[in-house]
Amino acid sequence: MNNLMDNLEDQVAKIKSEERHILLCGGVPCLSLRCHEVKEAIYAELNEHGLEGKLKVLEAGCIGNCKLGPSLIVYPEGVVYRRLKPENAREIIEEHVLGGRLLEHLLHKDHDSEEIQHRREDMPFYKKQKRLVLRNCGVIPPDINSYMSSQGYAALAKAVSELTPEMVIEEVTRSGLRGRGGGGFPTGRKWQAAREVQAAQKYVICNGDEGDPGAFMDRSIMEGDPHSVLEGLILAGYAVGAKQGFIYVRAEYPLAVQRLETAISEAREAHFLGDNILEQEFSFDLEIRVGAGAFVCGEETALISSVEGTRGDPNPRPPFPVQKGVWGHPTSINNVETLANIALIILNGSDWFAQIGTEKSKGTKVFALAGNVRHTGLVEVPMGTTLREVIFDIGGGIPDNYEFKAAQTGGPSGGALTADHLDLPLDYDSLRAVGSMIGSGGLIIMDENTCMVDVARYFSDFNRQESCGKCTPCRVGSKRMLEILEKITLGQGEEKDLERLESLAVLMKNASLCGLGRSAPNPVLSTLKHFRQEFLAHINDKCCPAGVCPELSRHFIKEEQCKSCGICAKYCPAEAIIKDEKTFRIDPSKCNDCARCAQECPFDAIMAGKKEKEIARV
Amino acid sequence: MINLTIDKQQVSVEEGTSVLDAARQIGIDIPTLCYLKDLNAPAACRVCIVQVEGRPTFDASCVLPVQDGMVVYTNTPEVLAARKQILELFLSDHPFECLTCERNLNCELQRLAKRYGIRDLHVEGERNHFLIDDLSPSVVREPDKCIRCRRCISVCENYITAFIYRMVERSFQSIVGPAYNGSLMESPCIYCGQCITVCPTSALREKDSTARVWEALADPDLHVVVQTAPSIRSTISEEFGLPVGTPVEGQMVAALHRLGFDRVFDDCFAADICVMEEATEFMERLKNGGPFPQFTSCCPSWVLFCEKFYPQLVDNLSEVKSPQQIFGALTKTYYAQQAGIDPSKIFVVSIMPCVSKKYELLRPEMRSSGFQDIDAELSTREFVQMLFQAGLDIKKLPEEKFDSPLGFASGAGVIFGSTGGVLEATLRTVYEWASGTPLKRLEFQEVRSQEYKEAVIHAGSHELKVAVARGTGAARRLIDRMLEGKKEYHFVEVMACPGGCVGGGGQPIYTETNDWNEQISHRVKRSRGLLELDRQREFRKSHENPMILNLYEQYLGKPGSPRAQELFHSGHLSRKLYAEEALLVHD
Amino acid sequence: MEKTRIEVKENYQELDSVLEKYKGRGGVLIKALQEAQEIYGYLPREILIHVAYELDVPLSEVYSVVSFYSLFKTKVSGKCHLEICSGTACYVKGMKDLLEYLDENLSLKPGGVSEDGKFSVSTANCVGACSAAPVIKIGDELYGEMTLKSLQKLLEEHGHE
Ligand SMILES: Cc1cc2nc3c(=O)[nH]c(=O)nc-3n(C[C@H](O)[C@H](O)[C@H](O)COP(=O)(O)O)c2cc1C
Ligand code: SF4
Ligand code: SF4
Ligand code: SF4
Ligand code: SF4
Ligand code: SF4
Ligand code: SF4
Ligand code: SF4
Ligand code: SF4
Ligand code: FES
Ligand code: FES
Ligand code: FES
Repeated sequence: MNNLMDNLEDQVAKIKSEERHILLCGGVPCLSLRCHEVKEAIYAELNEHGLEGKLKVLEAGCIGNCKLGPSLIVYPEGVVYRRLKPENAREIIEEHVLGGRLLEHLLHKDHDSEEIQHRREDMPFYKKQKRLVLRNCGVIPPDINSYMSSQGYAALAKAVSELTPEMVIEEVTRSGLRGRGGGGFPTGRKWQAAREVQAAQKYVICNGDEGDPGAFMDRSIMEGDPHSVLEGLILAGYAVGAKQGFIYVRAEYPLAVQRLETAISEAREAHFLGDNILEQEFSFDLEIRVGAGAFVCGEETALISSVEGTRGDPNPRPPFPVQKGVWGHPTSINNVETLANIALIILNGSDWFAQIGTEKSKGTKVFALAGNVRHTGLVEVPMGTTLREVIFDIGGGIPDNYEFKAAQTGGPSGGALTADHLDLPLDYDSLRAVGSMIGSGGLIIMDENTCMVDVARYFSDFNRQESCGKCTPCRVGSKRMLEILEKITLGQGEEKDLERLESLAVLMKNASLCGLGRSAPNPVLSTLKHFRQEFLAHINDKCCPAGVCPELSRHFIKEEQCKSCGICAKYCPAEAIIKDEKTFRIDPSKCNDCARCAQECPFDAIMAGKKEKEIARV
Repeated sequence: MINLTIDKQQVSVEEGTSVLDAARQIGIDIPTLCYLKDLNAPAACRVCIVQVEGRPTFDASCVLPVQDGMVVYTNTPEVLAARKQILELFLSDHPFECLTCERNLNCELQRLAKRYGIRDLHVEGERNHFLIDDLSPSVVREPDKCIRCRRCISVCENYITAFIYRMVERSFQSIVGPAYNGSLMESPCIYCGQCITVCPTSALREKDSTARVWEALADPDLHVVVQTAPSIRSTISEEFGLPVGTPVEGQMVAALHRLGFDRVFDDCFAADICVMEEATEFMERLKNGGPFPQFTSCCPSWVLFCEKFYPQLVDNLSEVKSPQQIFGALTKTYYAQQAGIDPSKIFVVSIMPCVSKKYELLRPEMRSSGFQDIDAELSTREFVQMLFQAGLDIKKLPEEKFDSPLGFASGAGVIFGSTGGVLEATLRTVYEWASGTPLKRLEFQEVRSQEYKEAVIHAGSHELKVAVARGTGAARRLIDRMLEGKKEYHFVEVMACPGGCVGGGGQPIYTETNDWNEQISHRVKRSRGLLELDRQREFRKSHENPMILNLYEQYLGKPGSPRAQELFHSGHLSRKLYAEEALLVHD
Repeated sequence: MEKTRIEVKENYQELDSVLEKYKGRGGVLIKALQEAQEIYGYLPREILIHVAYELDVPLSEVYSVVSFYSLFKTKVSGKCHLEICSGTACYVKGMKDLLEYLDENLSLKPGGVSEDGKFSVSTANCVGACSAAPVIKIGDELYGEMTLKSLQKLLEEHGHE
């Protein structure tokens, strides 16, 4: 182990052993599950028991395993209590904190082994991860003191006093770090290009737009460890020779904005921002720009337009932002996660970093694991970890005994991976080779109840809505593409439509002005490639095999509701209802969806349309 | 110099040249729609795409700078197929109305559809349906025909500086239009019509008045009088295949007679009056010490621009009406009296290079005769359309003379149609009045300008600082410098359109080039004919035109007399930029 | 929580103090509009015209920006405005059912306001709580792992009978 990791663990150990304290998750997924009510209950209990001010309560960002939320950790044991309700606060304080007894019913139980897992370290969810970027997330609170006590700003101090900007760039280049925003462009090379342009004014921008619907790792980093982003951006400014930086955050993330604002003023006070940082020549300051709801603003040239206060209109490249960016000045744009890696590289050296990951994809990648998977949350693994490890070992597999069907990476610009790809290493080039991309790290897992035509339609619709409308292939093409897909999901498709889709996709890829239009066809192309049969089923058999498209969904009998009275079978004109051992079942090849059976069933056991989804069941 | 290969041919061009221009240099014409060099380069339409070796996708050649060693293909099967597909996408959201469309056979989209042999659309789907905005008296917007090329945005923003258009909304339903995709009437539009002249399709066009004029011509009860603006006589010729700027004054008069107008008069005659009045007003200001500068007021778009964007300067605008309105007022008073015709039975048509004049004639102060002074205006394009309908070919007509009494103009009146012309015409008179000596050099070269120019003229004891601004954008820059105290002037001519009225919003639309500067020089070429006509005139100064002197003697009294004031002068208002309530309501 | 909405008519004081900060500065239009929306809850025509005059930006530009970004609202929303996340995770986890429920029970479609003016609904792009999908946002509050039952409860809490 290298020295940083040792230090980190020391650090964590130190915090843990300091005294008994409680760490609450304050990440947004947990917030959405009312974790603040739990927090208030805890404080009320502390108050009641006269513990206020005596027992330290820390609020951190996302701990990672959001599916356990709202959760808290009681130190020094590091016991994780999960799925808490405000009513649990009393027992936690009385039983555990005061009484020293574990509350078994609030502990996480492994779904397979039924084994109780007390601590994060026990959980497979964490065991297989390598948390570098997330080193502080959910471990320390987001304030500057906590950050500094875990080696925060040491890299900046080292760089400005010991390293020239060229040396910083050299280090980053040699580390092999590639942009985490989607493109995978080597960060060192981008900085080098920006450094080389002669200009009086230059800018660096942190791209916190995180437009991929289904990804939230940049959010969690900005909220959970804002100073690591700041440090990375300041180092970027030092490297390229910029005095001014912007952090562009999407408006949907008010907490991130708030945490970053606090972090900036803390950093200013501590003299990590402003004139003559750490008494050196180097001066740098930061401003936050809040987006207003437009996916395309994640694209660099659109982001620049938006920073300038206008519509997020993309512009042709060349000139590239590093040549002509904000108000015509050279501008280097990096993603949040990219920047959160920088301090680690500077402190531990490029060799250390380069040993993690694969040959062409160095370091780790954070994935936002969501969808039909047991443990949703943030997962950080070395590049090259397989999809299977992420979904099954870390994510705990697909719930409710459904089959894994597909995983969407790269969001609306990416593509679907199938069961055939489970052993594919997750890195830039392997994913690109199968028509997807690593993108920003959204990883949506879909089970057999997902209709892939509908998914293609969904992404198509997203891209159509988010098209800025500037260029023809994307403005009109994305609309036409959506219309064809809608036609297919309505059962009005013809085989020729697949050709039309493909040819539109090729046009959009080749002729669109910006990355949005160029990558918009990816989800369609990749589902067409991997799930062509499903398209053909919609077109030729007029059937949605997953039972999602309402017009093409077959009638079925809900097992748990069916009392096996047999009435339906009597009425079915197509004799499509057959008795299966105990229950009745509808044979889809015979059924003509006349709905007669559903009217006759006295127990409302016959449904049309999609199979039950999680929602309907509760 | 940069060396590259285009379609296997070596080309050597200057650094900074676009691939598009480089290809043109070797005779390869890459199609364009949105591009208008030096004015508009959004890289939006994508019909100009080419394949560059080593680049993963196609590039828009209009904005791609050449690089040493670049290998470009402009005509591979993939590129051609993509271009066709892009055109099909355009057409899939476009009404198929070419046959009934104003731009039929002069439409850039239609031309490309023909050039690429589009025969059917491989994909079709929902089309956008927007409301047509025909509330303004001058410009009609039909957004369904808009191809989002953004040229109108650029011309209105950079040249006119009225900032009317922007992209509204996003994605498929995005459209180019004023705020709220509302009516131009709600916006600070000055109706110059420049957006019409750059629009590649019929999404922007003038409000049609031909029907009204045909009707009037056919009405036995009406005495229909026509006046022709100075520039028309040299701009209709290009529509009949003659070289740009060929003066066809006599043939034009013949054509108008054949169309059935009862009298064919010359608006230049009114321009001569305009000069008399403006010169008089200027002499007054010289006497009273201001207010300076005196701005010309014969361009209604400029007047509106001043009223809306610089309301604090409306007193600087000359009070004299434009020649169109002077003519109207005179026709329904003096002429009616002379000819013994009831003014309510006189229908006055003006043929102008302008769409703004359609708005001007409706201004409430333009009723000094007691009637609406001008009944209808035809743009050059509408006039030519009528000639086509009537089967009248300018080339085949004899030369005829304007009718009396409002048909005899000096050379000064004729050059009104060209940039700097109004100033020059006025100065020819002011100089002589101010200095008491005859003006030796007639042509003020200093003020025949491209953008804006200024000159100092010594007229007797007076040192007159004068300037000409070409386009309201140039005027804005000039005024801003003036307001900052960096400049002062005595007399400033502003015309809204590039090249003055020869480049007016109602002139023939020239689609042969996608270079804005070439477009401007094309327009300026049209004024050659006017300058030539000026040189041929017996009288070149308004105050020497015997017919004008006669008119003043007989009817008006001195220039600036109460009667002249009543008929030819008007005040100006300061106006708000935006209508509080929306007039055009989208659901 | 939802702000109590300020009556717009001629009530420009708070807005003017916001605009004062931004006058004469470049690149501030989006910020100014965001703050204006904070004040009024939405951006009606008269506010946009006021912003245009005060910041000396053409109204066409102001509206272009407003109509481009999805978070700017030009119409009043209901007292309780529900944003249903339509990001991928939420989509996969059944956000469509939530929309259907609202349609069936309150006749509310995205972009619409209920008859009594109490509720309005729109879809939102990912709100960044994907692991708790499907998610609903009301004001600044997020509600994760929504089910039809918890949606019903949520509506009741906000005054639905
Ligand atoms: C349509 C589109 C959306 C994008 N959205 C994001 C985003 O939300 N966040 C991000 O960091 N990069 C996004 N990118 C990639 C950025 O344009 C850019 O490549 C990246 O911020 C560069 O940073 P990196 O080199 O550190 O990855 C997007 C690109 C496109 C084409
Ligand atoms: S590709 Fe789409 S988002 Fe990009 S410029 Fe074209 S229309 Fe806009
Ligand atoms: S009628 Fe209903 S309960 Fe009876 S067998 Fe059919 S599905 Fe089952
Ligand atoms: S829907 Fe009609 S055909 Fe199908 S099983 Fe029921 S009764 Fe039979
Ligand atoms: S604008 Fe052009 S393409 Fe469209 S209908 Fe008119 S002539 Fe035809
Ligand atoms: S061009 Fe074709 S469609 Fe048009 S009028 Fe002639 S034949 Fe008819
Ligand atoms: S008529 Fe002139 S001012 Fe009006 S929109 Fe067109 S270019 Fe702009
Ligand atoms: S109105 Fe005409 S000039 Fe303007 S964007 Fe549309 S097509 Fe282009
Ligand atoms: S310059 Fe001439 S054509 Fe243009 S608006 Fe003015 S008067 Fe009309
Ligand atoms: S937000 Fe609490 S664990 Fe992710
Ligand atoms: S993109 Fe080049 S001409 Fe339109
Ligand atoms: S997809 Fe709904 S919160 Fe991310």
